[in-house]
Amino acid sequence: MSDAALSGWLPRVRKPSALPGFGLTLGFAVSYLSLIVLIPLAVLVARAGTLGLDGIWRVATTPRVLAALEVSFFISAAAALVNAVFGVIVAWVLVRYEFPGKRLLDAAVDLPFALPTAVAGIALAALYAENGWIGGLFVPFGIKIAFTPLGILVALIFIGLPFVVRTVQPVLQDFDREVEEASATLGATRRQTVFRVVLPSLTPALLTGVALAFARAVGEYGSVIFIAGNMPFVSEIAPLLIVTKLEEFDYAGAAAIATVMLAISFLALLAINGLQAFSRRRFGHA
Amino acid sequence: MALLGPSGSGKTTFLRLIAGLEAPTAGRILFGDEDATKLAVRDRRVGFVFQSYALFRHLTVAENIAYGLRVRPRRTRPADKEIRRRVADLLELVQLSGLDKRHPAQLSGGQRQRVALARALAVEPRVLLLDEPFGALDAKVRRDLRRWLREVHDRTGHTTLFVTHDQEEALELADRVAIFNRGTIEQVGTPDDVLDRPATAFVAGFVGEAVRLPVDAAGSWIRIGPHQVATPEENVGGPAELFVRPRDLVIARPGVDAIPARVIGVRRSGTSRRAELSLAADLPTVEIELPEGRSVRRGDVLPIVLATVRLFTRLPPHASRGEVSAKRTEGS
Repeated sequence: MSDAALSGWLPRVRKPSALPGFGLTLGFAVSYLSLIVLIPLAVLVARAGTLGLDGIWRVATTPRVLAALEVSFFISAAAALVNAVFGVIVAWVLVRYEFPGKRLLDAAVDLPFALPTAVAGIALAALYAENGWIGGLFVPFGIKIAFTPLGILVALIFIGLPFVVRTVQPVLQDFDREVEEASATLGATRRQTVFRVVLPSLTPALLTGVALAFARAVGEYGSVIFIAGNMPFVSEIAPLLIVTKLEEFDYAGAAAIATVMLAISFLALLAINGLQAFSRRRFGHA
Repeated sequence: MALLGPSGSGKTTFLRLIAGLEAPTAGRILFGDEDATKLAVRDRRVGFVFQSYALFRHLTVAENIAYGLRVRPRRTRPADKEIRRRVADLLELVQLSGLDKRHPAQLSGGQRQRVALARALAVEPRVLLLDEPFGALDAKVRRDLRRWLREVHDRTGHTTLFVTHDQEEALELADRVAIFNRGTIEQVGTPDDVLDRPATAFVAGFVGEAVRLPVDAAGSWIRIGPHQVATPEENVGGPAELFVRPRDLVIARPGVDAIPARVIGVRRSGTSRRAELSLAADLPTVEIELPEGRSVRRGDVLPIVLATVRLFTRLPPHASRGEVSAKRTEGS
């Protein structure tokens, strides 16, 4: 009783638990995160801070920077959404069907993780250029892929795919076949079963995958610069602009753009997290 | 009707065949006069309650129950109001009114079971199929649900088939019992039939905790190890198997021709007391139910007689019997 009464007005730091180790692990987690993530980011923000708030604002709102941010975030979001659809299909095929070469395909999903992204960028640029194997197919339709924003999209889809596949795959693997069978015995068509039962169950995992793919895409540099064409206002991404600033020894300016990216990314990920928490409640995974 | 048999005997597969979740390699599945063999699962209108319940955990209890109605094509789908009314009726039937907004994760095992049943009943199935309906529940909940299921069955009048490996459950709950063994049905009959008039040696051995004793039969007597016992009927001569249940043996009154049996242990089984007896060194031990107040100790020798004689001539190995269409695969 008194515990419950206390927790009403004391800030609740820990849930009472029978499992020991809370203090130790929390301390470790916080110091580790500080060393690896928080302190470097704080230094970054401090560096940008030398410009003052209005200084950051001025750098961030120059037309070229605004255009680059727009390219970065919109195309990243688009790539994440494309991966949401096709990643689920790939995961589905890998989980549900047996076919020769399945293990190879499964391993291939991770290649975008392992490949130096510059290598991927060069390969993609060669393939999707107007004289490349795939790019050539689109020429008759007047569509150029490499060296346009479309090229950026292709590169970002490439690097984001494994995130969606690898988060959805285990959940789909654990999905109870009997639930699908139950749906069928209740008179649902296969389509209804997939859309009303299977996909809703995948939603929390899918959101995680999309968030990861999106975050990775926003920060991607190596593969994009080879295929983007890097035209200011058209196909120039924010990370490239940061590198440009660095090469001009404008460290504060680079930090300012980085800080703005950081803020937007943080808000976007926070929003996705919120959506996830909602879907967990909604879809009963709590 | 109960489908009873040891695990791996094809009960669940049989149920899944009826539901259309497995395809038969041969034979037909009839619902009344209608051939349902080629009918797709969703057109069979069966209510299937899975052992794991297989509830939709992203839906509330009410949405789970309404699912079968909501997925109908618009032409045959009842109006929203009608669906809500049906759901409310079913919730009342399964005694879960007030829990309609919960998610399955927030329910106990027994409650989930009832949601699964309500969900299956919502589509007004032609036949209700239950796979080990009480398998995952504790003994008390099991007993209550058993009685309750019987009531629901009597009230709704659905033909109900349920799979179980618990004979007590099958014999208590079902009007008829089908005994499965290795993918074939050994006997279909009332609980009294399978208990008192087993059709095959397997049924005699499987139902009612019988012990199998190898005997030699001839005329109106049989030889059990070194003992010779008179039987009420004429027997087919030759090697045979005698099936002995605890209640088949009684302690003989003095002066009656009896088999001397050595007590090798006394134990309780539920409310009764049983003694484990050895008839001969090389025979399996048998059990006898002890009358109230009779004190027996290890090492005593009891005179016993056979009250019931259940004798089957020993079948040559791999004797063929009538095959049912159920394919033998491991039930999931």
